[in-house]
Amino acid sequence: MVIEKPTLETVWEWLSHVPDPEVPVISLTDLGIIRDVQWQGETLEITVTPTYSGCPATRIINLDIETALRNKGIDNISLKRQLSPAWTTDWLSPEGRAKLEKYGIAPPQPAGGPQHCPHCKSSNVERISQFGSTPCKAQWRCTDCLEPFDYFKCI
Amino acid sequence: MSDALFEYCCRMGDNTLVLGHRVSEWCGVAPVLEEDIALANIALDLIGQTQLWLGLAGDVEGKGRDADRLAFHRDVWDFRNLLLVEQPNGDFGRTMMRQFLFDGWHLATLKALMASSNHQIAAVAEKSVKEVTYHLERSTDTVIGLGDGTEESNKRMQAALDRLWPYVGEMFTNDDLDTALVAEGIAPDPASLRADFDGQIAKVLGEATLTLPDDDFAHKGGKNGVRHTEHLGHMLTQMQWLQRAYPDASW
Repeated sequence: MVIEKPTLETVWEWLSHVPDPEVPVISLTDLGIIRDVQWQGETLEITVTPTYSGCPATRIINLDIETALRNKGIDNISLKRQLSPAWTTDWLSPEGRAKLEKYGIAPPQPAGGPQHCPHCKSSNVERISQFGSTPCKAQWRCTDCLEPFDYFKCI
Repeated sequence: MSDALFEYCCRMGDNTLVLGHRVSEWCGVAPVLEEDIALANIALDLIGQTQLWLGLAGDVEGKGRDADRLAFHRDVWDFRNLLLVEQPNGDFGRTMMRQFLFDGWHLATLKALMASSNHQIAAVAEKSVKEVTYHLERSTDTVIGLGDGTEESNKRMQAALDRLWPYVGEMFTNDDLDTALVAEGIAPDPASLRADFDGQIAKVLGEATLTLPDDDFAHKGGKNGVRHTEHLGHMLTQMQWLQRAYPDASW
């Protein structure tokens, strides 16, 4: 039996539908952690870089990638971890940033803090803590609408 | 060289492992929710870095020991962490002072390791630097906030500094292992990082209205494993009890 190998473009397209387990509104490709997709002979090799070294989602992400590809009929999958270059929030896609904001998480800014409150858009915001509900987020508060919100911090 | 590399990766990984475990002891009991979350996140970063360092140590050693095996199946005398990180948490102020003193050394060391001739070490350092930058920012802010806070918080921070200062010197000592790694361009000479560290400490402690102890006496024996303080063994009985009671148990 001859099975046609899907093109790399198709694989990227499939992966763009796998949600991040912690922030399901964005996909793994939005997050920028899929660094490479290659066929090595009959094996599909996916190179993934962790966001934070201790992020518990890393293991789930690998499992989700495998499950998604198996569901598409790919059986020989190899997941490769790549540490360098280290993941940076600069790799978040523009779509990913927009989706984060819509979801109520302020996207990362080079200035080191949110541009505005994701709820009321006021720029009067203050930091509560540099650490938040997941390793990648900080806690901020809007001093106009008084809502606390998550900020996806720059690394 | 592989023995020296193994030893060095254990030094780095045992520092993050032991401190990560210590910091995790605050989980659920920190003074306020935000601090609880921050401490748990920092512990998580440190344990994540441990997996990278001890994973690398196991690869270098080539005897089939992985990060978990090294973390849970070694006893006190095999640990190569600095004495500073095994010190008990004490009150919140002492925990933050310990963190601040360690973070300053940790960040400087990692930045130097990014230029390591060993590309695996450089990659772990590159990954860790981003996380540790946030650790230092927070511990610095907290030391200043509590030092230059109330009379009570100032008193506690000064007591924390006085108690922990004798453990600072060890971070900057160098031994034969360091010398061998410096010669290969693998790791920096710890002593070369001291001047910048002292400058940074003086600046922060000034803002925190805290006084640096006069005596520069330094306890040693952690990074070479010769003599740990009694605290490490007690900590390991907690950290390793499951693997000691049920060897090789897994989820």
